[in-house]
Amino acid sequence: MKKVYVNEEWCLGCHLCEYNCAFANSGLSDMAKLKGKTITPNIRVEEGDKICFAVNCRHCDDPICVKSCIAGALSKSPDGVVEINKDKCVGCFTCVLVCPFGCVRPDEQGVISKCELCTKNAVGEPNCVKGCPNHAIVYEER
Amino acid sequence: MKIVMIGNSAAAVGCIEGIRSVDEFSPITVIASEPYHTYSRPLISYLLCGHTDRERMKYRGNDFYEKNKCSCLFGKTVTAIDPEKKEVSLSDGSSVPYDKLLVATGSSPFVPPMAGLENVKNKFTFLSLDDALALEKALRKTSKVLIVGAGLIGLKCAEGIYGRCKSITVVDLADRVMPSVLDTDSSDIVKKHLEEKGIEFILSDSVASFADGEATLKSGKTVPFDIVVVAVGVRPNTKLIADCGGEVRRGIVVDETGKTSLPDVYAAGDCAESHDITTDTDKILALLPNAYMQGETAGVNMAGGDKRFDKAIPMNAIGFFGLHIITAGSYDGEETVLTDGRNYKKLIVKDGLLKGFILVGDVQKAGIYTSMIREQMPLSSLDFDAMKEEPSMMAMNESYRKLKLSGIK
Repeated sequence: MKKVYVNEEWCLGCHLCEYNCAFANSGLSDMAKLKGKTITPNIRVEEGDKICFAVNCRHCDDPICVKSCIAGALSKSPDGVVEINKDKCVGCFTCVLVCPFGCVRPDEQGVISKCELCTKNAVGEPNCVKGCPNHAIVYEER
Repeated sequence: MKIVMIGNSAAAVGCIEGIRSVDEFSPITVIASEPYHTYSRPLISYLLCGHTDRERMKYRGNDFYEKNKCSCLFGKTVTAIDPEKKEVSLSDGSSVPYDKLLVATGSSPFVPPMAGLENVKNKFTFLSLDDALALEKALRKTSKVLIVGAGLIGLKCAEGIYGRCKSITVVDLADRVMPSVLDTDSSDIVKKHLEEKGIEFILSDSVASFADGEATLKSGKTVPFDIVVVAVGVRPNTKLIADCGGEVRRGIVVDETGKTSLPDVYAAGDCAESHDITTDTDKILALLPNAYMQGETAGVNMAGGDKRFDKAIPMNAIGFFGLHIITAGSYDGEETVLTDGRNYKKLIVKDGLLKGFILVGDVQKAGIYTSMIREQMPLSSLDFDAMKEEPSMMAMNESYRKLKLSGIK
């Protein structure tokens, strides 16, 4: 399946992917409306001394978060997307306990938010990749 | 091939999904004493505090059994397994034949003998949906609730009923809350947080006797109550296997494929032992993720596939009133502690490996630590100084990052 892959050599650390993610999932009409808001994007840039890169859900073939979810709120779609049903999630953080990449986090309401490759918002495909100025993240088969 | 499972919780669901990943058609019969669609047991406290409801707490969707071609015998209890005839007997006198059998009978609350408990009208345990519904029915705004046991179940019960009763007092023989997973300092943070909410703790003490509306403790203290919840621990339901000659230690003995000592009989979940890789010992890991993964492994193998459950570790994620706690592994080794009084982190290292951790408060990205334990990553292969400060992919080495983030082998 197509996933978001990192080219860590190219990441500028501009954090635009975080804003594009937050915007795509916000339902707002204009990105400028994010100004002044605390965002909880599903992709996060990690910055080191020499390199930086963005990390989002790996949509694992054998997802331990799905198997561990005590509420049955996480599942893998027929297309391979690891999805969260926020209505069922109780915010126990068992997925935070097991995700090997640190890619699941609580949203403002305390339930889990995660990358669903923009399949559930109006954009339809990863907005983080669309807005990356340097091809430091790409959406492709590998 | 006829597949039968005894039990209908996480291990059974994992088993069904494991079977169907290999074998689409073999008929599966699910037998369970509880008359309910599969539900998440750990969610009963969330049910009481209103964070979920009966519909949303179903562990799988309403079409689960139909989709997986399962026939259900709910509200029926298996009384015996005949491994020679390969059939199970039910309490209604009928029997069900099997080619492969999963025993996923779970655990039962342990209620130690306590003088006078038999005369207490409103006494409950807290493990099943029926337990929660019975407790809820007895609960009044004026109730004084005494919880015996300050472990995960007792404290989750306290959170569940908080605000729906007059007072909550928790008594435990241990000197701290959640003694099985927390050390003294982290336990103190959690206890203070709960005390700030008005929950009262009496530790290093136990109930000597119950009388009408009042419990007398060993120390001589008295605690008035209308409702008692006994939450001192659980015991694995191993009787069916023991009765027919299968090997049982503390739990049902299984190998890495989920097989018991009896031919074509598998076991998984709270009733069975797992191999804890952090201590290299077999023990009961009564945790939902463990149950699912052990059940799934059994299912794949029952259906003719090949899978091993060989990365089991103790691990818990739990929270009370917004304070989150994540722990994993075992705690014997060299310790590193980072704390600011509100957030607490302890990492335990032995033999060049991360063996365990305790996080209270800031638990973000804890799974990176868990993964280091499960995968037994040599600390020499990563930047452990950076990892101690904050779990990150940056602290992993380049080839690991390329593999996991860039898909480059």
